Amino acid sequence: MTAGMTLRMRCLAVLAMFLPLATTQPQQLQRPDINGSASNRGRPVVVASKPFGESYLLCEMFAQLLEAHGIAVTRRPGLGATEVAFAALSRDAIDVYPEYTGTGLLVILHDSLTDSIARDPRAVYQHVARVSTARYGVRWLPPLGFQNTYAIAVQRATADRYHIRTLSDLAREGSHLLAGFTPDFIGRADGLPGLARVYGLHLGEVRPLAPAVKYQALAASAVDVVDGYSTDGLLARYDLVTLVDDRHFFPPYEAAALVSRRLTLQDPDAIATLTLLSDRLNETTMRELNRRVEVDGEDVHRVAADALAQLGLVHGRIANTESSTRTNNVGFLRYLWQRRTQIGALTLRHLFLVATALTAAVLIAIPLGLGLERARAVAEPAVRLLGAIQTVPSIAMLAFMIPLLGIGTAPALVALWLYALYPIARNTFTGVRDADPAAVEAAEALGTTPSQRLLMVRLPLAAPVIMAGVRTAAVITVGAATLAAFIGAGGLGEPIVAGLALADTRMILSGALPAAALALAVDGALALVERALTPAFRAPTRR
Amino acid sequence: MQPENRETPRDLAALDVVRRYGDVIALDGASIQVAAGQTLALVGESGSGKTTLLRCFNRMVEPDAGRVEVGGVDVRCQPAIALRRRLGYVPQDGGLLPHWRVLRNVALVPTLRGMPEPDVAAAKALDLVGMSVSSFGGRFPYELSGGQRQRVALARALAARPGVILLDEPFGALDAITRSELHEAFENARREFPVTMLLVTHDLAEAARLADEIAVMRAGRVEQRGSMTELHTSPSTEYVASLIERALATSAQLKRV
Repeated sequence: MTAGMTLRMRCLAVLAMFLPLATTQPQQLQRPDINGSASNRGRPVVVASKPFGESYLLCEMFAQLLEAHGIAVTRRPGLGATEVAFAALSRDAIDVYPEYTGTGLLVILHDSLTDSIARDPRAVYQHVARVSTARYGVRWLPPLGFQNTYAIAVQRATADRYHIRTLSDLAREGSHLLAGFTPDFIGRADGLPGLARVYGLHLGEVRPLAPAVKYQALAASAVDVVDGYSTDGLLARYDLVTLVDDRHFFPPYEAAALVSRRLTLQDPDAIATLTLLSDRLNETTMRELNRRVEVDGEDVHRVAADALAQLGLVHGRIANTESSTRTNNVGFLRYLWQRRTQIGALTLRHLFLVATALTAAVLIAIPLGLGLERARAVAEPAVRLLGAIQTVPSIAMLAFMIPLLGIGTAPALVALWLYALYPIARNTFTGVRDADPAAVEAAEALGTTPSQRLLMVRLPLAAPVIMAGVRTAAVITVGAATLAAFIGAGGLGEPIVAGLALADTRMILSGALPAAALALAVDGALALVERALTPAFRAPTRR
Repeated sequence: MQPENRETPRDLAALDVVRRYGDVIALDGASIQVAAGQTLALVGESGSGKTTLLRCFNRMVEPDAGRVEVGGVDVRCQPAIALRRRLGYVPQDGGLLPHWRVLRNVALVPTLRGMPEPDVAAAKALDLVGMSVSSFGGRFPYELSGGQRQRVALARALAARPGVILLDEPFGALDAITRSELHEAFENARREFPVTMLLVTHDLAEAARLADEIAVMRAGRVEQRGSMTELHTSPSTEYVASLIERALATSAQLKRV
């Protein structure tokens, strides 16, 4: 460990404390009999993914493969998006996640290549691997053997009516069409902006759609065009037409394991183990595996185990296919009951995040609000500034935290804390400013000092208003904490993020319902605190 | 009933006091004097400057020009907070702290001044305005009637035994019967505890009953000062004459009924 890693190590130590809580799946048994000699590592290998089905699946395959070789693993699936996952990797907060060379080129390195290189998958891989290592110290392991490029898809009927087969055709007819694209695609350089530039594509309307619902929306004709991945299991199911990229806009998206500098330097065994998967997969296999996860709703761990067994990479653990079909017909309540231990642990974890962030916010925002009452000139701008923080999208906020604090608990707590400040500070300031003017005025005329008025008159009179702010902040924080899952802080967001990625409604609800219940419970508990804090008086009605 | 502090201020003086709020002239060279032990009523219409003048004495209003003295000393030479603790004050709406019980409200100024046993002083003051501590001391202001609240406000002004009490329309928001009861309580308290008073009111009858002298204010100045009889027999201006006439006409009408 280098000296500079202390802060990060502290974060990870905190993370590790909550690991048993944050892990959604039963711990895999380790096999210390194999390669036990290589276990003098600083920490388990942190295996992560981005929040979509294939990424979850590859992450789980990496994890099981490492475990089968006696290497301890921590799973951090569903990290925000490319920015979050890569920022975490480049800071050694995670050790490996599945990434695609095209994404590496355009989103991570912000590079553009000459057309001749850009069309050659090998050349792109070599370029991306070389520059990534030079710039960030991270390492691309040899590709897994398949590409997962963007696939712009339309319904067959639409394709036939407008004679659309290529992206150039789409650009020609675009103004009649309604697109449903994932927010990721709408924003990134190798997505819609690039298509608009290269093909002159201008669609009638573009609506942001969650990955989980885009194919259903297309099948139901709610939209005409969607973005997908070429290995998506759902493309075949709905008989969709994938448009040809006739101008070769999309670079090759070869999947590969992207590993951290730490792992490269300290754990050659892990690197060697992960490399066992290189060139072992292909598009057909992946589409089949993705279909099992996304369409059939099979358990990711089971599908990953099957895949590794079929590849001969893990022995003696071939899952029984009979029992591998997901218990789809199990009732929702029974599903919740089966997961009660995990849900309970996630709820506790969630409560920990909320309680810590909220307590810290109360400790800062109430004195701040009181101080602002004494400094009226700067009060309104200061409160507005806190309000502006509120408008930063949660995902962006979490992404900003990573360069400073890495992933996990610390950045999540800081982000939640920032969101909770505004309602509390605003209500404290307004509450003490507007406290019963006649009583405040009389107290002044009888010789109280400004601080006496604040503590003896304004603060107690403002208590109900301040508590209302705390309750607002608490409910906001319970909601925002579900997004902490995007940076690996755990909590009830974990099944929500995973459920969205895997198109599994029950999994989403197993996080969303407890989160809603938790919001009600926290608000109820604070209502009791409010009653205890508010003296038994009613402000006399005047006029 | 001797004052605990030899320096307890007893008299008030304002000389050519001017106070503007933007373009509005609230005080336009107002002058009054109140001798120790005297009660002076400031009467006049809304906007005549009577409340502004009263608030100059406890430095809740700082004049733009002129001189304000409490106990013969310019108020600008007296720290505002210490000055206020030595002056009793009763606002129109009582201004009781709604989250404090009656006894604690009344004990406020003795507590601020660090006097020994502030609760005892508060109890005495409540007694003085005709309220027993045992029945009322533990109540919150909202549990009192409007008249009771004003009695408590009066007790609060008296509790630290000030030499001067400033009353800003203290009975203005009360019905006639309650007001009359309050006048009695006020007079009783004064008999027990002689104190210099400046009373702002728009009710001439109240001024005539409670004050030794009346100062009629108009447009930020004192129009005339004297006893009710003097104002009646020799009004110095048309305005004072018409003010007195109207007040007398009202009470004459009432007597005829």
